[in-house]
Amino acid sequence: MGFIKKMFRSNPAVSQLPSGSLTVNRNGKIITATVSSTYPPELLRAIGNVALDLLRDAHTAQMPVAEVTINFASLRITARELRGGAIVFLFPQTTSSSMSS
Amino acid sequence: METRHKILVLDDDTDWLDLSRELLSQLPSKPEIRTASSGNRALAMLDNEPFRLLICDLKMPRIDGLQVLAIVRRRFPELRTVVLSALEDEEFRSRAYALGVDLFWLKTEMQRNSQMFFECLESLLGRDNETGFRGIQSKGLMDIIQMECLTRSSTVLRLTRGSLVAKIWIQEGELTDAETDGAIGESAFRRLLAWKSGTFENLPADPSRERTIFKPINALLLESAQVMDENASPDSAASAEEIAHRKTVWKLSLLTRAGAEFVVTVPCEGQGAIEALGIQFQAAEQFSVWARKAVESARRLSDQIEGGPISYFTAKNLERYLLILPRENKTFLVGWSPDATDGAYEKTKKLIASWDS
Repeated sequence: MGFIKKMFRSNPAVSQLPSGSLTVNRNGKIITATVSSTYPPELLRAIGNVALDLLRDAHTAQMPVAEVTINFASLRITARELRGGAIVFLFPQTTSSSMSS
Repeated sequence: METRHKILVLDDDTDWLDLSRELLSQLPSKPEIRTASSGNRALAMLDNEPFRLLICDLKMPRIDGLQVLAIVRRRFPELRTVVLSALEDEEFRSRAYALGVDLFWLKTEMQRNSQMFFECLESLLGRDNETGFRGIQSKGLMDIIQMECLTRSSTVLRLTRGSLVAKIWIQEGELTDAETDGAIGESAFRRLLAWKSGTFENLPADPSRERTIFKPINALLLESAQVMDENASPDSAASAEEIAHRKTVWKLSLLTRAGAEFVVTVPCEGQGAIEALGIQFQAAEQFSVWARKAVESARRLSDQIEGGPISYFTAKNLERYLLILPRENKTFLVGWSPDATDGAYEKTKKLIASWDS
């Protein structure tokens, strides 16, 4: 039995990066999304909230911005202001999109 | 009978391998070119036959270039190694040099400046009968220059610090020219002596370079060391206020030269005051609150979604284009005009690399 377990050892799941877009209203509620339905909705909400906060805080700092982009090592998030809410684009950074080797 | 050197080219792109084979076979010494498309294959080939030079890509599936180089350095210490990569991040250059590679070259640079690249390769291939030790040096720039001059070398030292690049031309032990970030000659030399860290590589000598520095190297080094001592010493004639004023002028000139509108540096919470140039302090304070909060919330988000470390932020409106670069102990917020989006990230990296030098 130990032998079988060794052969079929379970690997930790690799979490998927979201790809697509979503729109959130001024209350942070997701209105539409083209991101895969397998992607955890709570994480999608977290992304939407961060995008809204960034746009709102910029306004509070007397520096209203129309668009904010966060470049993570493996994901780019672009948020555009949309009548109090935001439209958020998610681009996973693959080898072909970020840099060619 | 003259033996032909063998070069092994390792890259996962087979088109690139074909191109390399064609280009490298035209080297004057007519080396034999072999290719491998995976790290495992390359290591097996190195085990089976002697090679003089390994030209290695960095970004490859399974075993990447840095892993291959680490193994090669241990198992084949005599083998010369060259990294030829498209990864423009200076971190990779530093890591490659830390592994003891002889040369790091960008693929784009190779296409633009192929003649110099081939001369470097010829120079590496030709060092057949040279004796001596190879290793990783971690010395001050003054020591490196003095060593080259004392040994009456003819070389071009290429120095890299972040996105800043400088060159020093040495001809038969005499310093003939220097160039960095728009400055040449003595002023460039003095400027780059202030660099505290970076990487260097020896390029083939360039005797055709016009001489702009005529002072003996020792006199120049002595003058520069005196200036640095005066700036560093609290007992020097210049007061702290004067030094701060000089720094501000220097930073303003950097800002103007780069074409940026303003720079705000935001230290971590409780670790000093913000610094603002080109913008009213009150506005800078508000911006810094936003930048700090933005970085914190992005970091928290990254932990949740596993997006990796933050490279940078951009924000834009009709009036300006902002770039935020979080660094280890502070965050830089740089404002550009809205039409300066092209290349703004590279220009910002360059600007902040000079900022604290």
